[in-house]
Amino acid sequence: MANFEQWEGFKGNIWREEINTRDFIQNNYTPYDGDESFLAGPTEATDKLWGKLQQLQKEERAKGGVLDMDTHIVSGITSHEPGYIDPELKDLEKIVGLQTDKPLKRAFMPFGGIKMAEEACTTYGYTPDPMLHKIFTEYHKTHNQGVFDAYTPEMRAVRKNKIITGLPDTYGRGRIVGDYRRIALYGIDRLVEAKQDDLANCGNGKMRDSIIRQREELSDQIRALKQMKVMAASYGCDISKPAANAREAVQWTYFGYLAAIKTQNGAAMSIGRISTFLDIYIKRDIDRGILTEQEAQELIDHLVLKLRMVKFARIPSYNELFSGDPVWATLSIGGKGQDGRSMVTKNDFRFLHTLENMGPAPEPNMTVLYCDKLPEAFRRYAAAISVRTSSVQYENDDVMRPVWGDDYAICCCVSATQTGKEMQFFGARANLAKCLMYAINGGVDAKTKVQVGPKYRPITSEYLDYDEVMQKYDDMMTWLASVYVHTLNLIHYMHDKYNYEAAEMALIDTNVRRTFATGIAGFSHVVDSLSAIKYAKVKTIRDENGIVVDFETEGDFPRYGNDDDRADDIAVWLLGTFLKKLKQCHTYRDSEPTTSILTITSNVVYGKATSSLPDGRKAGEPLSPGANPSYGAEKNGLLASLNSVAKLPYEWALDGISNTQTINPDALGHTEEEQVTNLVNILDGYFEKGAHHLNVNVFGKEKLIDAMEHPEKEEYANFTIRVSGYAVKFIDLTKEQQMDVISRTCHATM
Amino acid sequence: MGDIKGLIHSTESFGAADGPGIRFIVFTQGCRMRCRFCHNPDTWSIEGDGTCTEMTAKEVLDKALRYRSYWKKDGGITVSGGEPLLQIDFLLDLFRLAKEQGVSTCIDTAGNPFTREEPFFSKFRQLMEVTDLLLLDIKEIDPERHKNITGFDNANILDMARYLSDIGKPVWIRHVLVPGLSDFDEDLDALAEFIGTLSNVQKVEVLPYHTLGKFKWENLGLKYSLEDTAPPSAERIDNAQRILGAGKYAEK
Repeated sequence: MANFEQWEGFKGNIWREEINTRDFIQNNYTPYDGDESFLAGPTEATDKLWGKLQQLQKEERAKGGVLDMDTHIVSGITSHEPGYIDPELKDLEKIVGLQTDKPLKRAFMPFGGIKMAEEACTTYGYTPDPMLHKIFTEYHKTHNQGVFDAYTPEMRAVRKNKIITGLPDTYGRGRIVGDYRRIALYGIDRLVEAKQDDLANCGNGKMRDSIIRQREELSDQIRALKQMKVMAASYGCDISKPAANAREAVQWTYFGYLAAIKTQNGAAMSIGRISTFLDIYIKRDIDRGILTEQEAQELIDHLVLKLRMVKFARIPSYNELFSGDPVWATLSIGGKGQDGRSMVTKNDFRFLHTLENMGPAPEPNMTVLYCDKLPEAFRRYAAAISVRTSSVQYENDDVMRPVWGDDYAICCCVSATQTGKEMQFFGARANLAKCLMYAINGGVDAKTKVQVGPKYRPITSEYLDYDEVMQKYDDMMTWLASVYVHTLNLIHYMHDKYNYEAAEMALIDTNVRRTFATGIAGFSHVVDSLSAIKYAKVKTIRDENGIVVDFETEGDFPRYGNDDDRADDIAVWLLGTFLKKLKQCHTYRDSEPTTSILTITSNVVYGKATSSLPDGRKAGEPLSPGANPSYGAEKNGLLASLNSVAKLPYEWALDGISNTQTINPDALGHTEEEQVTNLVNILDGYFEKGAHHLNVNVFGKEKLIDAMEHPEKEEYANFTIRVSGYAVKFIDLTKEQQMDVISRTCHATM
Repeated sequence: MGDIKGLIHSTESFGAADGPGIRFIVFTQGCRMRCRFCHNPDTWSIEGDGTCTEMTAKEVLDKALRYRSYWKKDGGITVSGGEPLLQIDFLLDLFRLAKEQGVSTCIDTAGNPFTREEPFFSKFRQLMEVTDLLLLDIKEIDPERHKNITGFDNANILDMARYLSDIGKPVWIRHVLVPGLSDFDEDLDALAEFIGTLSNVQKVEVLPYHTLGKFKWENLGLKYSLEDTAPPSAERIDNAQRILGAGKYAEK
């Protein structure tokens, strides 16, 4: 049995025998059911560093969104000299390591696609080294090139006409969370040893292509691990052995994450579920008398400072999809163990407390794995932080734990993977609202007038008949699901080939479980449209070629978002039907297909490409985000809306069902204490009904309007709001998206 | 029981400002008072218009119970309006059914229909047996000013407050603070004194006048007489809270 002096005081055996962080956590963590009174404020060092970072962020905004860019060095684990927030304050940084040699300087990452990497530079006035262009066009292929080499004409058409949209063919797929804690627990040498053992035992006698690929990937992983050691050494840290104390544990863990964000610019780069794990080290040091609460908080504050600094070079079309420069450095806290014990530790409080010590911020994407069995003091503290900062999202641990166990982490905005045991093939969205229009128009796109889908017989009647529409919609969804999955298969094949995530995969078991994460856009509009066709009279309006481009709907019809089963049943049917069609298709590397209803801020772009719909939504208007009901549809208040969303079975949308709600503080209660109590009751009640996710904003419309008109006001510099799936600084959104947020339902009382 | 239908203006699944905890709010249609600052003038008409719904007590309660998982220990249902006491038969039905299910019941009323005459009074006494809390609006303590604001005298309203005190029924006293109409130190003093004579007050809430309901007057083609009235200042709100002892009456 392996044993290290750094493990002194730790209990349990299995984790010593094999790489098994979960077993270590379960054997060693100390649940905490007290309140927040133990917490410490920011140290002078924290204030100074955060002050400096805010100054840099201000400069970044003044320069149009980018402070500095690398134009010469291809980013890699060891590509850059060490960087610090401020060289003069270097000694104050308890946790070190930046993506490049300077703070907020964006790295050059060409493996996803040289064109995008270059465009990202030129957009902000930087000129990339011409030699890099030559290398990545003449000598080395990229993911993007591979994808477009293999795309079929049909795939190009669905992509161009945006019925399938936001595909990770021009940006990194992300969503892979390495178990960064392993570096702290085992040190690099032990991890290399384990991977070498896997390599030695891979491909026993049968050299199939899957084995060949596995062997190559393992070698890449081992190389990445060794590079992490070199990178850490440049910061003066030897991570070959396990972390000996709390500071090292935080630092070693962060180094693993740093290796990931130096090599991948994925759409989501989550740090995972680290709070309970790190608490074990912090508690051991505090018990030993070598760490104070103040120092413990400082470690967490400084780690979070680093997570607030993660940046990638992005192209404008990416920013339209994911507005406000998010990276989804998602951090999962809370949750309950399989044995019934709460996994809330003092450290879960410390992470939430960073939002007080350093004020609200969109990153890390703070996610509470919530259930009503968590200690009341913790639920109340999280709710209080929500009321004060609107920077927290909640996900139902009671529905996720049975599926993913008790060591899953949120890997993007809302979707879960088991840490160190799973990876996800992220697959953007299919626009089911456009699909409905294709069904009506026989595969012709009402916006572009191009025959994109199969030439099925269009609907020719003046008034839409529910049964006829449903039959045709079913057929069209079958086609869409199939071309969608095929496209994703191809994308992920190329991503593995040209932009493989060696650093993250090195920290995941070799025998990895893969999920295939698809998504739905336009959900509420399809539900309401079908309801309109069923319960009201929908007249078609055709253009000169007979293509249906608009509708006149006569009479009232039930809408999703009012706890009305007539509409909500259609919602459940829609989700179940699309999932069934996805499951009929072969998915790459034997992955398991899942789906989601989470559009992020891309609802605005998707809406632009979508024609008028039978529910009354006009061409070009934003779709409602995620699983949210449509704008203006909610007529019975917040809880009726929540009840509607809660009816969607999580098991059918394992990739997540995102719901974003904004509550006026006055409507939530007269005092903060009342507001906290009521928010806890809302969360308890919603999740008791089996719902998956809730983004909570507590502010009034007036504040948004004022912030839009006066972004220069000091109070709005860090004004953070939750949008579908992440948090963002409101003033960083495009005007269009600000308007969209403002026009959404704000639950107030009269 | 069960045949009487209530005329319902609307319902709200999430009310956190009308009674303790999270509550399902039922807005009944119809009110005789014509408060000049009313933010729900669309609930005045006794007959209602096409948008109102007739619902039995059971239908209303079934709808409310869909939100029970959010109520926890404090929440429940509040009937507001309009003036709920104008539909006392329906209210009695609803609260009896609610009490069978162990649901907390609350009435948000201005007390205008209250009288000790029959048949109202017997029904009211029965209603109080199944009511946990009343939010009683006292628009003004001064009878003349009350009449100016609402069109009605306040003697029966103050009598109702006394009756509720006599039977020990918990109330929250609410006072809408409107500059120039109901924000006079001498009246606030008198109101405070009156509240001090009551033994059943759990809480006093000062509700600052707001203009969010103005558009409804315009939609209904009514003239809004407070066009130039701004919401009260923070100092005046503090002042009213201090005089009325808003913090003094702890919830029991």
